Amino acid sequence: MKRGFTLLALVTALLLSFALYEALIAAPTEQTMGNVQRIFYYHVPSAWTAFVLFLINFVSSVVYLIRRNPKADLLALVSAEVGVVFCTVVIVTGPIWARPVWGIWWAPGDIRLTTTLVLWLIYISYLVLRRFSTSGRTPVVAAVVAIFGALDVPLVYFSIWFFRTQHPSPVIGGGGSLDPRMAHVLLINWAAFMCLAWLFSWTRYELEVAKRQVEEAQALESLLEGSR
Amino acid sequence: MKSMPYLYAAYIATWVIHGTYLVILARQYSRIRKEMENLRK
Repeated sequence: MKRGFTLLALVTALLLSFALYEALIAAPTEQTMGNVQRIFYYHVPSAWTAFVLFLINFVSSVVYLIRRNPKADLLALVSAEVGVVFCTVVIVTGPIWARPVWGIWWAPGDIRLTTTLVLWLIYISYLVLRRFSTSGRTPVVAAVVAIFGALDVPLVYFSIWFFRTQHPSPVIGGGGSLDPRMAHVLLINWAAFMCLAWLFSWTRYELEVAKRQVEEAQALESLLEGSR
Repeated sequence: MKSMPYLYAAYIATWVIHGTYLVILARQYSRIRKEMENLRK
């Protein structure tokens, strides 16, 4: 287990370094936007990684509601938390890219931007609920919130297909044409971010297991002290 | 060339976010480890 974790950490570090080199140096410079277009190699893979994590959160929440499996609840919590980290990267890098290209930091009313912000807020609310609610029904309520939250993911993804927005059209699978060398760098960065997400999730999962064990032991200890 | 600071800002912001999360995880780890040691005593 520990060996697997060390190996994953090593692979992640190597992949992230290589992906950074590919994004900043090896990838061709886009003709219209210039070098600022290289933000694309962090912005888009971070969004895809967040979507994968929110999908895991959705599936785990459904499994928890059906089977009441504590491991599914744990996986739902972990995937939401790490998903929020990657979604934060998307929310922050988007405006930094928009400012030199569109001339504005944010396009109010733009459906892609608004639905992404709503998605981020939904999962922040989910984490706040998990953190501060002391009710025994919290995992059930959280699972329901997660299912409703997941409905926003396809809305975010397909918004640029069906609505006219300031945000550019999809570069892959949406009729857009992406230079094969750029697509290659994009996929390397996605692989690197997926490994990082896996590493974060693994660490957070082990931490949550240990935290729950400590809480159980503390409850048992206080119970024993009370009976003396 | 004018857009280079935006590129650096986006990359630095990404790593600051990931680094912050890593620090949060490390602090949680040390706190749980301390609590485990207290329980063993």
